[in-house]
Amino acid sequence: MIKFSKQQLKIPQLMRPVYLVTAGQSKFDRAIPDKRTEELCIDALTMAAELVNMSPAQLKSYIHSCYYGHFADHFGDQLLGEAVIHDRLGLDPLGNIGIKTGGATGGSTLWEATKAVASGYSDCALAMGWERMDEVPTDEGNFLISCAADKDWESPLGHIYTGYYAVMAQRYWQIFGKAEDSFRRTLAEISVKHHGYARMNPFAQSPMKITVDDVLKSPVVAYPLRALDCCLMSVGAACAIICDEKTAEQICKNAPHKPLRIWVAAGSHTLRPADRRDMEIPLLPNETADQYKDLGERFPGGDRYPGFTGFLATRMSAYYGYRMAGITDPSEDLDVIELHDAFTISDMQSYEDLGIRPYGQGRDYVESGDCYHTNPKTGQPGKLPSNISGGLIGCMHAVGATGIMQTFEMASHIWNRWAEIHGEEKIWRKFGRPKPADWTDLQVKGAKRGLAISHAGVGSHVTSTILIDPDHLLKKDD
Amino acid sequence: MSMFGQVYVKNNRYKIKGNFHHLTPNIPIRNADDGWKLMGVTNPRDMTYIHAYGGEAPFFEALSQGKLLGTRCDNPDCEFQGTVYQPFRIHCMDCLGRNTIIDMTDAAQKNAVIHTFMVCERSGAFSLLDKPIKFINVEFEKVDTILMSYLSKGSPEIGMRVVPIFKKQSPTYTIMDLSWVPAGTEEDQLPEGFGF
Ligand SMILES: [Zn+2]
Repeated sequence: MIKFSKQQLKIPQLMRPVYLVTAGQSKFDRAIPDKRTEELCIDALTMAAELVNMSPAQLKSYIHSCYYGHFADHFGDQLLGEAVIHDRLGLDPLGNIGIKTGGATGGSTLWEATKAVASGYSDCALAMGWERMDEVPTDEGNFLISCAADKDWESPLGHIYTGYYAVMAQRYWQIFGKAEDSFRRTLAEISVKHHGYARMNPFAQSPMKITVDDVLKSPVVAYPLRALDCCLMSVGAACAIICDEKTAEQICKNAPHKPLRIWVAAGSHTLRPADRRDMEIPLLPNETADQYKDLGERFPGGDRYPGFTGFLATRMSAYYGYRMAGITDPSEDLDVIELHDAFTISDMQSYEDLGIRPYGQGRDYVESGDCYHTNPKTGQPGKLPSNISGGLIGCMHAVGATGIMQTFEMASHIWNRWAEIHGEEKIWRKFGRPKPADWTDLQVKGAKRGLAISHAGVGSHVTSTILIDPDHLLKKDD
Repeated sequence: MSMFGQVYVKNNRYKIKGNFHHLTPNIPIRNADDGWKLMGVTNPRDMTYIHAYGGEAPFFEALSQGKLLGTRCDNPDCEFQGTVYQPFRIHCMDCLGRNTIIDMTDAAQKNAVIHTFMVCERSGAFSLLDKPIKFINVEFEKVDTILMSYLSKGSPEIGMRVVPIFKKQSPTYTIMDLSWVPAGTEEDQLPEGFGF
C-alpha cells in the first residue's frame, strides 16, 4: 500500500488503561546446554514474582490468559512448543496462543497481551517469549534465519540475512553517509557502546571492552557489515505481566515499584525490500512536510521513500504509538529507549524512522553523544540514552524474548531499580559471570517514560512499546 | 542405494519416487567437564521438500529460456493501473486483480542499473553460490520495484549499468538461474552454463 485511507490512519485506542506490573528474564547465552527451554521460562516468571514480593504461585493466581512469543519452530524442532511451556508453567487450562512475527515476536506478544487486557477479555495476562538457537551450529542457524526471507526470490541468494541488510547499509552509507569514513566509524561506535553497556549487565551474553578500530578490523560478513556490526544468536526467555488498573494495584500492593502504563502499536512492510514502492513520508508529530522537500538535493538519491534506507513499518508503529500515548517529540518526551540493533546500520536507520532525528541526519544522535547514558563529549547525562541493556549486539537476541527483554530493561529504569536488578553480586554469581571491577550503575536518573522497538525481517513487522510512569502521563485518557 | 527424491504432477497430484529422507542414528551429547554425564542427543534430519511455484512458474521456466518476465496491472478500475512489478507479482497489490505477464528482457538489457549492492564473504549452510557473493539490487526504468539478484563479473557500484545473463545449460529452475554482468561484458567471459 502506498496511500492510506482515513480508516487505516485511525489512531488505535485501548478501551481502558493497561499496566505492566512486573517482568523477568533468564540468563542469556549462545548456548545453555544444561537447561531446557521451560526451565528458562520458569526462571523468568520466578524473577517477575520476586520483583513484586510474591511467590510464583501467588502471581500465577492472577493470570487469566497467556501470550507466547516464539519465532522459529525449526530452531527448537518442536511444534506447539507453547503447549509444552504452558503446561510446565502450570497454567492449564487457561487459554493461550502462540505469536510469531520474526524479530518482532517479543513486541508482538506484548501487543497481544495489552489488547487482551484493554478489551476486558482478561484483567491479567502473561506475555512470555523465548528462543532456543543453540540446537544447530551457526552456519545452519544462518540458513534457518534466512528462511525468514522470501524462499524463492531471496533465500537461495547466499542464505545469509546479514546480506539482505548489507545492501541497505551500502545505500544508506553512500547516500546519507556520503561514503565518508567518519560515518563508518560512527556505525562502529554503536557496537562499542552496546558491547560496553553489556559489561554492566549480568544477563548479557557478549560483554566486551572494544574500540572503533576493533569493530572495523573484525571479519567482513557482508561488506560493509562486519562481525561486530551484527547481533547475537541466543538462548533465553523473558516475560511481563500485563494488567488492568485494579489488578495492577493488587499485584503491586507489596512491591517496591508502581505499575507502569503501557501502549503497544504495530506497523508492517513488505518482506522483500524489492517490493517497496515510492510513497510520501508519513509524518510524526514533530515533523513537517516542508523539512523533507529538498531531501533529494541535500542527499542525492535520498528522495526515494522508504527505498532501501528507511523502515516504513517502524515509522508506522511510531505514527500510531506516539499519538496513542501523547508523545509529540520523542527526544523531549522520552527518557530512555531500547532500539532493535540487529545491525549497527538498522539501529541508525531507526533513529530517523522514530523521529529522534530527521531523515538523513541519524548519525547526529550518536555523534552528539545524546544516545549515551553519560554523554562522552560533555560528561553530562545523555539526552536520550539508548540500549543500556547492551541491546541485540551486546545483550542477546533470543528472538521471541527480545522485545520483552527490552521492555523489562526500560521498566527497571522507570522503577529506579536498575542498579538492584543488574548489580547484585548474587545474580552475577548465579550466572557464573565475573562482575567487572569497574561495574558502573547505569540507572537513567529520573526516567519516567520509555520506548522499545521490536523489529522483524528487513522491516516486515515492527512494534513500538511505550511505558510511562502513571504520574507523568503526556495526555489525559480519552 | 539411495536416489534423489523426484516429483512430477499427473492428474493434479504429486507423483514421487526416490528417497525423500535419509536415516542417520541419534548420538548422545555428553559433558566432558563432568564425568561424561548425559546432556542430550543429536537429532539428524535430512529431508527433501516438494514446493509449488504456482502462478510464478512461468517466471522460473522463462529464465532457463533466456527471458526475464515481469508483470503489470492492466485493470482499468485500479487506481494504480500500469504499475510494473519486478519481482514478478501474480496479483496487483492494490486491486488484487491478476496481472498481465510482460517480457522485460529487452528493457533489462538496455536500462538496468545497480540500485545498491553488497559483497558477502560468508554464507549460511546450503548456499550453492560461489563466495564472495556480490548481491545487487537492480533498478529498471518505469518499473515500480527493485529486483534482488547477484553480479557474476566485475565489482559492483551504485548506478553501474548491468545486463542480465541466464543459466540456459543445466538450469536449476531457481532464482539462481538469473545473474548480471556489467554492460559490455563479452559472451565468452560468462560463467559456465550462462548466456545472454
Ligand atoms: Zn491493480
